[in-house]
Amino acid sequence: MSGGSTMTNPTSYRTCPRSGLQFEANAEKLMLANAVAAVVFLLIGGILAIGVTLTRWPAVHWLEADTFYQVLTAHGIDMLIFWIIFFEIAVLYFCSSTLLRCRLATPNMAWLGFALMVIGAVTNNLAVLQGSSSVMMTSYVPMLATPAFYLGLILFAVGALIGCFVFLGTLVVAKRDKTYTGSVPLVTFGAITACIIAVFTIASGAIILIPTLLLSLGWIAQVDALVYRTIWWAFGHSSQQINVAAHISIWYAVVAIAFGAKPMSERVSRGAFLLYILFLQLASAHHLLADPGLSTSWKVVNTSYFMYFAVLASMIHGLTIPGAMEVAQRAKGYNKGLFEWLRKAPWGNPVFSGVFISLIGFGFLGGISGVMMGTEQLNMIIHNTIYVPGHFHATVVIGTTLSFMALTYFLIPVLFKREMINPKLAQAQPYLFGLSMYFFVLVMMGAGTLGVSRRHWDMAFNGSALAYQWPGAAYLMMGLVGIAGLAAIAGGAIYIYITVGSLLWGKRLEAGAASPKYTPIPPTAPTVVAQSYGSAGFAAPGTFTLAMVFLTAFILYYFINWKYLSTLWGLS
Amino acid sequence: MSAILPPAERLWWKHPLDRVEGTWIAIAFIWCLVMFFMMVGWHVYGKQNLSTETYRTTPEKFSAKAQAMVDKYTVRTETADKVPVVAPPAGADVYLIARLWNFWPILELEKDKTYKLHLTSMDYNHGFSLQPANINIQIVPGYEHVVTVTPNQAGTYSVVCNEYCGINHHTMVGRLYVK
Repeated sequence: MSGGSTMTNPTSYRTCPRSGLQFEANAEKLMLANAVAAVVFLLIGGILAIGVTLTRWPAVHWLEADTFYQVLTAHGIDMLIFWIIFFEIAVLYFCSSTLLRCRLATPNMAWLGFALMVIGAVTNNLAVLQGSSSVMMTSYVPMLATPAFYLGLILFAVGALIGCFVFLGTLVVAKRDKTYTGSVPLVTFGAITACIIAVFTIASGAIILIPTLLLSLGWIAQVDALVYRTIWWAFGHSSQQINVAAHISIWYAVVAIAFGAKPMSERVSRGAFLLYILFLQLASAHHLLADPGLSTSWKVVNTSYFMYFAVLASMIHGLTIPGAMEVAQRAKGYNKGLFEWLRKAPWGNPVFSGVFISLIGFGFLGGISGVMMGTEQLNMIIHNTIYVPGHFHATVVIGTTLSFMALTYFLIPVLFKREMINPKLAQAQPYLFGLSMYFFVLVMMGAGTLGVSRRHWDMAFNGSALAYQWPGAAYLMMGLVGIAGLAAIAGGAIYIYITVGSLLWGKRLEAGAASPKYTPIPPTAPTVVAQSYGSAGFAAPGTFTLAMVFLTAFILYYFINWKYLSTLWGLS
Repeated sequence: MSAILPPAERLWWKHPLDRVEGTWIAIAFIWCLVMFFMMVGWHVYGKQNLSTETYRTTPEKFSAKAQAMVDKYTVRTETADKVPVVAPPAGADVYLIARLWNFWPILELEKDKTYKLHLTSMDYNHGFSLQPANINIQIVPGYEHVVTVTPNQAGTYSVVCNEYCGINHHTMVGRLYVK
């Protein structure tokens, strides 16, 4: 097998003159299609976000209750499922076909998967739009949506599963065609992690959504409410773990692209991904800590990813990614003091600034809050409060979405072959979007600490004889959530304007000559440093200092919450 | 660009470990163990642990028990709907019904006395969010969750439903007094 093309799938390869990356024609079209579909759903989800934000802002309280719950249901699903998974399929194809310089396996199956995902996403959106499926993303039984709601999700999941298998098949193609030697790149290893988690996620989704579809059709009589919750979260939470593996892979990729940085240690970074494969999915228990019927030991073991091994993995990535960047910067001579390497980073390049804002926000805001609320007892002070969406906007918006945005800025010239329109605006976008989201999640978690409920139309409880009066601070926080939310939506709109605008009106760039043959990745010569075995020194003192700041914040916040818990009613 | 290239060393798992990484992994691992044993330890020494005592139930069975308690211990009624205010003795089994869209009845407990609070839902999932104490427990239909509570502060509390349960979710608020 040489030449990389077969009789059934004639294809061609081009080498991008700007990045040196080699794109296969089928993979390129599929990446483009999936990325465009992703951005369309981000746009829909973003428009819906206006409705959610302006309704939860108490002074505005814009939408009626029924519209609000409808909009909130669609916002959650469009953002958490459709935007992110479409983009992730593009990332999987990039990490296999492009990084391994091989053809994409079974492109026709990949198109079938894409078609199913589009049909599923549209079907689900139409079901919500018709008004009788305002069941939130979680759709807890016995509350039921119309059959089309579940059918749409199932079709989408089947399509995404096909995408996962195309990715795995592409790894086989690369191996067989010997397009690389040795092990796959670290970023591809991260994508494999995401793919394995995705297969687990989709299987869990199928196990619970298929019976729920049958229930909504009236073909079966009952789905147990607690069984539903337990299995649904193996789908609902794990789908967000795909994101973690995917966006951390992107961080590694961007640090490699922007700085030419090498991973500090392949062993450590891959080991951390392996911990994700083994332990990350246990975290679906986070949503079940306040539930009846599940034993304490089940809760403790699962919520802690079996002794916090996945937290350990995230703390490792959080060190090794900026650490690799520091080592690369110091090698370039930015050696003054602890932080010259960071000051001299390319802050005006949105690919870098987006990833760095994402990394810091994901760790400090998303990571710390996630571990706090995932602590079995501490969960009682935040369960179902607006602290929860505060947390996951830090992980999924600041972590995943902002990383995807940053990667898009890299892909516009490389994959889309267009010059970016308005680069000045693109420079500002990660700051506007990222920093307003920082503020957004902080005030949201503040309101949640005061007890304000999530998924709640009216914090004044209008129409209730026993209405509760939230403290003034809670109203203030929710007002600030509204303001910060609008600023973040503006940041999101700028991203869509730049991306879609560049695709439509950006100057066409040279694609690089197409060839029917692929060029395998040439083996790299091992460096002297890497061949010497043993301790390499203390290469990233600045990063280590930042890590200690992080740990201090983590420990303080963690114990402050235990202190708060200890003042509550006795519960046993 | 080596994170996007195959590792240069075929035996990358023998790649040297920098001291920054080694030290951080050790510190992070210790912190992970501290957090794990904090949760376990709180079950031994802490006073706020959520009970997992649970029974399967039906709306009929649970309503009957709640009604029996109301018949025995009602002290007055409140609001236009004449919601009974129930003051069971210390140590008693106390039943709270969550349903579309209210909590029933109103409970009146004594400070520093212990009660067995039984929670269930008659229909959808609901949330027991006790404010301003900020204690939040999930209520799942078909399951009777028995939580032992010891109020430590007198006052008027609200029970806010914080699990989305349909169009009038925002009106679902109950009350609980501690004397």
